[in-house]
Amino acid sequence: MSLAARAESPQAPAVPGAAAQEGTRVQALMVGIADEIFAIDAGLVREIIDPLPPTRVAGARPHLPSVVNVRGAIIPLADLRVRFGLPPRAASPDTRIVVVELAIDGDPVCVGLTADKVHEVTEIQFSDARPMPRVGLAIRPDFVRTLIKWNDQFVIVPDLEAILA
Amino acid sequence: MTHIDPAEVFLTEATELLDRLESTLLDLGDRPQDRALIDTAFRALHTIKGSGAMFGFAQVATFTHDFETAFDLVRQGEVSVSRPLIDVSLSAKDYIRLLIENPDGTDAVIGAAILDELQRLVRPGAGADAPQVPVPAEAPCPETAADRPDWHLGLAFDPDILRNGTNPLALLDELRDLGARSVTARTDAVPDLAALDPARLHLGWDVVMPGSVTREAIEDVFLFVSDEMTLTMLPVEATGSVEATGSLETAGSAASAPAPVQPAADEPMPAASPAAPSEAEARTPPAAARRTDDQAVTTVRVQAERLDALMDRVGELVIAQARLNQIAALRSDPAVKAVAEEIERLAAALRDTTMGIRMVPIGSLFGRFRRLVHDLSRDLGKPVAFVTEGEDTELDKTVIERLADPLVHLIRNAIDHGIEAPERRAAGGKAPTGRILLKAEHAGAQVLITVRDDGAGLDTARIRAKAEENGLLSPGTPLSDHEVHQFLFAPGFSTAREVSALSGRGVGMDVVKKTIESLRGSIDLATQQGAGSAFTLRLPLTLAIIEGLLIRVGDGHYVIPLSAVEECVELPEADREARGRSLLNIRGELVPYLRLRELFGCDVPSEPHQMVIITALAGERVGFVADQIVGSHQTVIKSLSKLHADVTMFSGATILGDGSAALILDVPQLLAAGQARAGIDLHGSNLTEAA
Repeated sequence: MSLAARAESPQAPAVPGAAAQEGTRVQALMVGIADEIFAIDAGLVREIIDPLPPTRVAGARPHLPSVVNVRGAIIPLADLRVRFGLPPRAASPDTRIVVVELAIDGDPVCVGLTADKVHEVTEIQFSDARPMPRVGLAIRPDFVRTLIKWNDQFVIVPDLEAILA
Repeated sequence: MTHIDPAEVFLTEATELLDRLESTLLDLGDRPQDRALIDTAFRALHTIKGSGAMFGFAQVATFTHDFETAFDLVRQGEVSVSRPLIDVSLSAKDYIRLLIENPDGTDAVIGAAILDELQRLVRPGAGADAPQVPVPAEAPCPETAADRPDWHLGLAFDPDILRNGTNPLALLDELRDLGARSVTARTDAVPDLAALDPARLHLGWDVVMPGSVTREAIEDVFLFVSDEMTLTMLPVEATGSVEATGSLETAGSAASAPAPVQPAADEPMPAASPAAPSEAEARTPPAAARRTDDQAVTTVRVQAERLDALMDRVGELVIAQARLNQIAALRSDPAVKAVAEEIERLAAALRDTTMGIRMVPIGSLFGRFRRLVHDLSRDLGKPVAFVTEGEDTELDKTVIERLADPLVHLIRNAIDHGIEAPERRAAGGKAPTGRILLKAEHAGAQVLITVRDDGAGLDTARIRAKAEENGLLSPGTPLSDHEVHQFLFAPGFSTAREVSALSGRGVGMDVVKKTIESLRGSIDLATQQGAGSAFTLRLPLTLAIIEGLLIRVGDGHYVIPLSAVEECVELPEADREARGRSLLNIRGELVPYLRLRELFGCDVPSEPHQMVIITALAGERVGFVADQIVGSHQTVIKSLSKLHADVTMFSGATILGDGSAALILDVPQLLAAGQARAGIDLHGSNLTEAA
């Protein structure tokens, strides 16, 4: 089940209760970047690994600054902070690389996301979805699919394809 | 094994056979007397017919049968090979391909027209219905045929013949088509039901054939199974009295074969004497057929994806092995070192073997162009001799496949624009027949492919005029001839005064150049007014692994393909801090250079002793300044992610011994970037070095 497909219905604010009836429960990985928590569809996550030495790619766009070797495959390492306008932060003992597989123009593409902390895999419900606030969010609205509530905290469901494109 | 569609197998086989047929026909055009070629063509036809019928390609089988029937006259020497016959045969071959690819969408009228033409050539005076005449009617001496005694055939097959896909019933049907009077099964060898293996053939057959059928016609039926059977052929009246048991086993293999009566095998039977002169030829095909059988045993068809997967694994093994080596070098344990060395040796051998598997002789590609040249030469009325050299040169299969279109374009250009019309050639004191040489040769880790014509050569003045007209060049700019010729590779550039039927088929020289560069190769051209031009493609042996030069720039490691590297020199002290002019004097020649530190935006302090790696590409030399040359590095190329499609300076990445990734420099792109940069430098607004 794809989060992307399921996320469509809660975004229709006219029928707030409709999503719940469809049973839109999704396994999601809770990832911390700076002070925000992002929910990433667990179905997209290939693996979570310790940080690897990155190789800088000169001339690449700032949010895809480097590549890493993940067991023989060379994948780009994305820095979501750049896209979210967050200041850079040095790696901590909690830093991980979340390898996700996305469909970019129909082709599967693996990409590593640097996460400051990986919390847990949990089941989220789109019935918990909250309408997007028009203001007060530091992140560009087209990068956000929706907001949900988890542990009394707002969690961003990011549109990874839009962020990485 | 995965499930394999039999029709798919037929398609692959038929494609190969048609290719072989085409090249044989073209050879035959050059050497009309060569009987071996005629036999090869005939065998290819026969196999296409047989397997076409077996896999349900009825139209293919019918058409091929008629084609074969007509061609049989050629084989029997009744009709000599002529140019028109070859042309018609080639179109017949094309028609068979159409029938195979799209049986329903093919107009039968075309086939009928081809056969009519074929008939007209092989049998002047015969009508269009002639192809329907069965083989026996073409027996060389029909007047004596009726007097001959009937044949008694004994067919004993190898019990395993069914496993090889032979259908004896089809053979019997062929005998019936020849007019078999009776067919009786021998059932004495059939075991009890309990012991019966349905995959083995326990039956033999006795067949009575009319005496009008020649011995060759009967032997032809069994042409392809002669190794797996014993055929006895006796005139009915003479049974028991004339020692004329014929086995299709050739003399060489006869000793080991279970053929009943050998000594008489080579003696023509008295009754069959009218056909005797062609006996020797009739016996050649089994020998050749046997040869192809042997080939089938020693080659295995493997899907390309499996080879790719194998190559990937080997690539990872090579990388893992490099890491093992590094670890072993840090230990003082001799046992670990010994194992590491052993594995290094094995991994290297495995890598070479695997790369060897992917290698295909380029001759398979060259063969395709003979038809192209043949057709173009006819259409344009320019006689052209097409010469190929180095067909044995091996290249990665992927490279060969992607070379087809560029080479078609180059050859087409050579004939269309290069070779002059015969009258002009005669006026210029040249032989009226043009010559196109397609040559492949090894040069280190590269393969050079040259397309050379002996035509008019490039008209430098016209190219220059055209470039100026197109705004690619401002009039009066001093350029060497070589530089002017580079405009041929500019997109949309054409000097053809008028559009011919051959122009505008989608591929331009710019596409040729792009394709070659995408294969990490380069294209170069040399020309001499009045004497012809030559295009040379330089290609890497394989796409998967390159020999690279590992360099360090700042704190990053990079690989430059060794094929592009010409030499390495130390950056002279005077140039170390130089800002304006970035030119190096290499043995009297000025070579522009680029500081990779600047290009890569590297902010680590530079080394006191910097090195310049001089690269050469299509005659252009450019130096790259690096902090250190680490050494040579054989490397498995990994392509960059789609997300990094906008990165221009790197063509891929590789994995170093310590497991980190290193980027591979895209030298042509860097050259272009460097030339743009050089332009800026000339205007005095060079970028400041990042400190």
